Amino acid sequence: MNRLEVEFKKLKSEKRGGFIPFIVAGDPNLATTKDLILLLAESGASVIELGVPFSDPVADGVTIQAAAERALRNRIGVKDVLKIVGEVRAEGCETPIILFSYFNPILQFRLEKFASEMKTVGADGVLITDLVPEEAGDFQRILAGKDLALIMLAAPTSSNERLKKICEKASGFVYAVSRAGVTGARNEMSSEAENLVKRLRQFTDLPIAVGFGISTAAQMEEVCRYADAAVVGSAIVKEIERTPESSEVAENVRRFVKDLLPNEFSATNLH
Amino acid sequence: MNNFQPDERGYWGEFGGRFVPETLMSPIEELTDAYFAVRDDADFQTEFLNLLQDFSGRPTPLFYAKRLSERLGGAKIYLKREDLSHTGSHKINNAVGQILLARRMGKKRIIAETGAGQHGVATATVCALFGLECVVYMGTEDMRRQSLNVFRMRLLGAEVRGVDAGAKTLKDAINEALRDWVTNVDSTYYLLGSALGPHPYPLMVRDFQSVIGREARQQILEKENRLPDVLVACVGGGSNSIGLFHPFLADEAVRMIGVEAGGKGNNLGEHAARFNKAGGGKIGVLQGTKSYLLQNDDGQIALTHSISAGLDYASVGPEHAFLQSIGRVEYAMATDDEALEAFQMLSETEGIIPALESSHGIAHAVKIASEMPPDAIMIVNLSGRGDKDVDQVQEMLGK
Repeated sequence: MNRLEVEFKKLKSEKRGGFIPFIVAGDPNLATTKDLILLLAESGASVIELGVPFSDPVADGVTIQAAAERALRNRIGVKDVLKIVGEVRAEGCETPIILFSYFNPILQFRLEKFASEMKTVGADGVLITDLVPEEAGDFQRILAGKDLALIMLAAPTSSNERLKKICEKASGFVYAVSRAGVTGARNEMSSEAENLVKRLRQFTDLPIAVGFGISTAAQMEEVCRYADAAVVGSAIVKEIERTPESSEVAENVRRFVKDLLPNEFSATNLH
Repeated sequence: MNNFQPDERGYWGEFGGRFVPETLMSPIEELTDAYFAVRDDADFQTEFLNLLQDFSGRPTPLFYAKRLSERLGGAKIYLKREDLSHTGSHKINNAVGQILLARRMGKKRIIAETGAGQHGVATATVCALFGLECVVYMGTEDMRRQSLNVFRMRLLGAEVRGVDAGAKTLKDAINEALRDWVTNVDSTYYLLGSALGPHPYPLMVRDFQSVIGREARQQILEKENRLPDVLVACVGGGSNSIGLFHPFLADEAVRMIGVEAGGKGNNLGEHAARFNKAGGGKIGVLQGTKSYLLQNDDGQIALTHSISAGLDYASVGPEHAFLQSIGRVEYAMATDDEALEAFQMLSETEGIIPALESSHGIAHAVKIASEMPPDAIMIVNLSGRGDKDVDQVQEMLGK
């Protein structure tokens, strides 16, 4: 079993929902990113989503756009993101790590080289925001050949026919987008998310994570009543953004994650 | 098989496709179905052509630029006068076609991106014509360069939203329009202005713009009783050029040249010539489509530069990438200075002030006309008029 399978099996046996934090590699710098991955792993992250910065992030709201800009000012590219995964693995971190990217940086790195370096450094999967199942065939085969997961996105606007295609290409878990729109914190969770997860269950036995707009413990609890995990992205990135001293970033994120994961969250919330 | 039609997934060879967030796929499928339902529908096509005639003033003339031709001492240069279209450029053709489609789809809110402002003005115009809400995204640098067009859009009742990201130009405006669309999928129709983006946009925009080439073909046959030797048009996203070229693609003897913005140098960031491989042009994926892009080694999209906002874009329509790859269309460059010279030359010799975008096409015609025999025939697409550019040119010439 790969790390993602082990983790989701464990969550299931412990009857709790998973916590999937997202950060952008190189925001505010690579050393801090490394600290943050180790910190998130110790603080209860089930899977860590590590963003590869891209110059034209059309699926992202202002918070993650700004984070990508900060990372790009440090000239962070795919190779730096892979390197940092290797470094945290060398320090004994065994939390599953998936890379979150747009397609072009991966395409320029070359798909096969990317997959083989993912394997070498110990990354577990990849999610490409602008790669729909119709375009994912080649990449999916390359990743599957190395037992690496291709996490596919599903949206409330996806028809059942599309959900079927998405699930056929997906591995690791399926990422259900909670609402039509870009990434970013919202006050209320849309009711569409639960309906989407229900529809997805008809087509897959893979775990399902819900993301986009989740920023509080209450929202995570709500989502994990029907989904297997909740992704928290912009809210964490915002903590990074509002901390001017990079030496204090880790501490602020630790405090934020502690509020996000009160004790009652583990163990009681079943779907 | 006809090589000039995309396959079912929207590919011309290896170029095109659909690279978008999943949320947009259902609306794009809905758009594709709606478009293919009207593509061969006689009522729709009649409605489209009638509106182009009565509202936009088509057909536009094919004008023999006698003094320019004589001055250059070579080929006979004809200008396809898209500058005489309502709103001042070819952009109205596509805006009229898509607004009729949006109405059939029952959409009430229209969004668009704009670079030079010509597509924004065309979209604001057709929205006013049909009483639809219109939001136009425009980079703040382009708003500065093209302030007259910003005011025109506002006069026409559109809301212009400035985009401050990146180089604050066309690419950034498209990103923001896509973010709006992904957030408002049910209510909103995205009226994309060039032969770019996910399938079916490159096909649909090309179809609507092909009225240019169909007219030009008929007009030149009437005037000269033969096909032209060469077609020249500027290429930003590539809608005016593909519109002129497409109806001639099967005419093998007709040479075609697309002219990209050579800017002020050959380094990445100094130009917008995507087919300039030495200048950083490589195959990649941006804003929904696979084509040639200006990008760095990490796959980050490069900043671009052109004197003309309408050509200042890091990618190019996928059908152009295909036509380049099979060698059917040649691609050349004109620099900022050459375009500026052509802008003045056409104004002085023919009494026509061209858009800075179209001036790139004129600049290339200037380069090659004298090498051609006097009985050779060239058609240059004069895609837009230059009123919008006179402030900028005045500033640059220091007059």
